[in-house]
Amino acid sequence: MSVLSLDGVTYSYPGAAAPALLEVGLELAPGELVVLAGGSGSGKSTLLRVANGLVPHFHGGVFAGRATVAGMDTRDHGPGEVARAVGTLFQDPETQVVMGTVRAELALPLENRGEPAPAVARGAEEVALALGIADLLDRPTAELSGGELQRVALGAALVGRPQLILLDEPTSQLDPVAGDELIALLRRLGEDFDAAIVLAEHRLERCLGFADRAIAMRAGRVVCDAPPAEFLAWACAEAPELATPGARLLSGLGLAPAAGVKAARSTLRAHGLLGTADPIAGGASGRLNPRKVRRAGDSALKFDRVWHELDRGRVVLRGVSLSLGPGERVAVMGRNGAGKSTLLRHAARLMRPTRGKVTSAGRVALLLQNPTDYLVHERVAQEASPTALATVGLGDPALRERHPRDLSGGEKQRLALAIVLDDPEQAAVVVCLDEPTRGMDRRRKAELAALLCELDAAVLVATHDPEFVAAFAQRVILLGDGSPIADGSPSEVLAGGTYFATETARILGGAGGALRPEEGLSLLAPFFEVGA
Amino acid sequence: MIYRRRPSPLHAARAGVGCTYCLALALAALVLSGPVALGAVVVGIAGAAVGSGVGRELCRALRFALPLGLLVMAVNALVVRDGLTVIARLGDLPVLGQTDITLEATVAGAVLGLRAVALILCAALYTAAIDPDDVLRLFRRFSFHSALSATLATRMVPLLARDARRLGDAQRCRPGRPPSRVQLMRAASSGVLDRALDVAAALEVRGYGAARRAPRGAAANTPWSRHDLTFAASALAIVALGVGARVAGLARFGSDPALHVPMGVGSVAVATGLVAFALAPFADRRGIER
Repeated sequence: MSVLSLDGVTYSYPGAAAPALLEVGLELAPGELVVLAGGSGSGKSTLLRVANGLVPHFHGGVFAGRATVAGMDTRDHGPGEVARAVGTLFQDPETQVVMGTVRAELALPLENRGEPAPAVARGAEEVALALGIADLLDRPTAELSGGELQRVALGAALVGRPQLILLDEPTSQLDPVAGDELIALLRRLGEDFDAAIVLAEHRLERCLGFADRAIAMRAGRVVCDAPPAEFLAWACAEAPELATPGARLLSGLGLAPAAGVKAARSTLRAHGLLGTADPIAGGASGRLNPRKVRRAGDSALKFDRVWHELDRGRVVLRGVSLSLGPGERVAVMGRNGAGKSTLLRHAARLMRPTRGKVTSAGRVALLLQNPTDYLVHERVAQEASPTALATVGLGDPALRERHPRDLSGGEKQRLALAIVLDDPEQAAVVVCLDEPTRGMDRRRKAELAALLCELDAAVLVATHDPEFVAAFAQRVILLGDGSPIADGSPSEVLAGGTYFATETARILGGAGGALRPEEGLSLLAPFFEVGA
Repeated sequence: MIYRRRPSPLHAARAGVGCTYCLALALAALVLSGPVALGAVVVGIAGAAVGSGVGRELCRALRFALPLGLLVMAVNALVVRDGLTVIARLGDLPVLGQTDITLEATVAGAVLGLRAVALILCAALYTAAIDPDDVLRLFRRFSFHSALSATLATRMVPLLARDARRLGDAQRCRPGRPPSRVQLMRAASSGVLDRALDVAAALEVRGYGAARRAPRGAAANTPWSRHDLTFAASALAIVALGVGARVAGLARFGSDPALHVPMGVGSVAVATGLVAFALAPFADRRGIER
C-alpha cells in the first residue's frame, strides 16, 4: 500500500495565471527516499504542500484530482488531521519553531494529538536522542543557532513517528558537514521508522547518493521519475541544470552517470581511471590550470588583528589578519558559527572590532542574507538607478515596473545587489555577499557567479557552497572558530577535502586540483583515450 | 526579553503558582493608592527580580517604564484641574485652555505613574521568570487555542525584534538617502505578515488545527514542592494585606481638594508587610544551584 498517492493533481494558487501543478500523478511506498528536483518555481514546494494538506486547505485556490496520504483523502482531511501521519520540515527554521524551549517544541505535536503526558515526555526524549540534540532539550529556542534550530524543527516533524516525512530544502542553511550529517540521519531514520521521505533539494549532489528515486519537475509537471542513475542520465541529456557535477564528469567521458561519489569512483575505477596504478592516483600530479591568487600591492580591504568578543566572553573572531587586493574574488567558508557573517559585517562597518582595525580603500557594499530586507519601494525602478539595474541584468523595462516583492528569489537577489552598488558618488571598492546562493537553483547560481566575475570591485562572499566557490572565486579562506585556518587558491583549499570540497574533487580525490567537471575532464580525457 | 531557566526559587516554583504570585503583586499595585505602599510594591518586585536573577531584565523594562510614568504624571498635571495649591500658571494654551498646574494634580499623576511602573515591572518579572510553555500547559485545559495564541505572541516578540534589527542593518547598507519612515513601516509590515503566514503554516503541519485535549494524567497530580507552597502562601498574604488595607482605609491616597499622603504607622506597616511577604519565599535557597 502506498503512503502517498497523487492522481491527476492540478492546482492553481488564488489569482495565479498558470497552475503550479499540472496533472501530477505518483505513488510512494513506505521506506522510500525520494529526491524532488527542479528549478525554482517548478512546483516542488507546492507538491509538498499538497502532500501535507496545506494545499488547498491553507492556501485556497483551485484543486483538481485526488491526493491520498496514509489512506486520508486531503480534500476531506485538513492539515491538522493529515499531520498525524505526515511530518513536515520547511526551509526556514526560524518560523517553524514556535515554543520557548526545545523540549516544549518537541512535545507540541504530540500534545496536539492529545497524547497522555508520559507518552509526550518519552516521545520528546527519544527523538532528541535520535537527532543528537538531547543536550539542547532545556535550552531556550531563541538562543539556538540556525543549524540547531533546523534539527529541532526536524525533531518536531519526526516526533510523532510519521509515515511520510516531507522536507523542503532542509540543508539550505547548513554548512556542508551539517548538511551531509542531516541527509545521512534522514536515511537512517527513514529505515528505522519505515517512513517514506520526500526531499526537495537544489544541491542534488548532496542527496542523490542516498536516494531510492528521483523525481524531476518542470512547470508543474513531473518530467522524470526514475532511480538516481537513470535520472542523472536523463538530466545530462534533457535538463543539464539538474545534472550533478559528478554526472557531468562521467557523461563527458562517455560513461553512464552514477549517483554519489562512491558510485562515480567505482565507475572510473572500472575504466582504469582511478586506482593505485593509474596516472592521477597521487593526487598532486599534473596540477591542472591552477587559478593564481592575485596579490596586489595595495589593499582594497584589510583586516588587521581583528577580534570580536561578545558580552558573555564568547569570541567570534580571533585576531583575523587578511587583505583583499583590488578586483580580487574571495570566498570565505567554514562551519555554521565560524564567524563568516561577522567578518563581512566588520568589513562593512556594521560592527566594531573589540580589538584590531579594519581599513578599506573606499566604500564597502554588503548584501546580507535576506535580500527582501532591502526592498522598501513600490516599483523596481524606484529601488535603484537604471545603470545599477542594468549592471545586474535587470534592465528590462517591463521588469522595472513590477513590485519588488513580486520578483523571483534570484531577481530579488540581483535587485538587492543593485541597491547596494548604486552610489554614483562613491563606487564600491569591495562587494561583500553573505550566503547569496541560499535556495537558488543551479542556473541562477551560474548567473550570479558570472555577474560577480564581471564586477570591477573586489568581491568577498561568505558561503557554504563549494560548487559556487569553484565557479567564481580566485581565493578561498577557510575559517575555523573565528580565525583563518586555510588561505589559498580554490584548488589548494577545496581539492583535498571531504566536506569543503566540490563533488568533482571528491570523486578524483583532489587529483590535479580539479574542482569542476570541465577541469576533471581535461585531466582524465587523455588517460581515457589511452585506456580506451 | 525572553524567559530563560535560572537557578532561583521562583523559577523552581510551578507556573501556576508563579503566575499567582505575579498577579498578587499586580493586584496590590491596583488596590493600594498610597505612594509608600506603591513604592513598597515596586521594591518587592525589584527584590523578587534580583532574587530570581532577572534584575538586568527588570532594569531594561524600567528604561521603558520610567519615561511612561513621567509622561502619565505630566499629562495628569496638565489636564486635571483638581487641587488648591497652584505651582505654575501656564496661561491660555491651545486645546487645554486656561491651565494652572496644581501640586495635588502633579502628585496624583506621580502616584498614577508609580502604579504604571509597578504594573510594567510586574509584567517584566512574569515574562522573565515564569516559563511560558508551562503556562500554556496550565491553560490549555480551559482553552487550548487561546493559550497557544498568547504564548505565540510572546514568542513572536524576540523574533520580530530580530527581524527589525535585520531590516535596520539592511537599510544601513543602502548607499545614499535613507528611505522614509513610512516606506520602512510598509516594508516591516509586509515582513510581519509574511512571518505570520509562515508561522501559521508551521502550526498547521504540527497538528494545531486538529488539536485535542490531553487526558488528565500523572503529571496533573505532581505533589507541591516547598517553593510552590511558599510562593502560594506569599501570594495569598499579599492579596490579603492589600485588600485588607484597602478595606480598612490604610494607605489611601487623596488629592482633592488637598493632598492626603498616608505616612502613619498603618501605612508603613502595610508597606513593610508587602516587602516582607514578597521577599520571604526567596529566603529558602536550599537545593538551588549556584
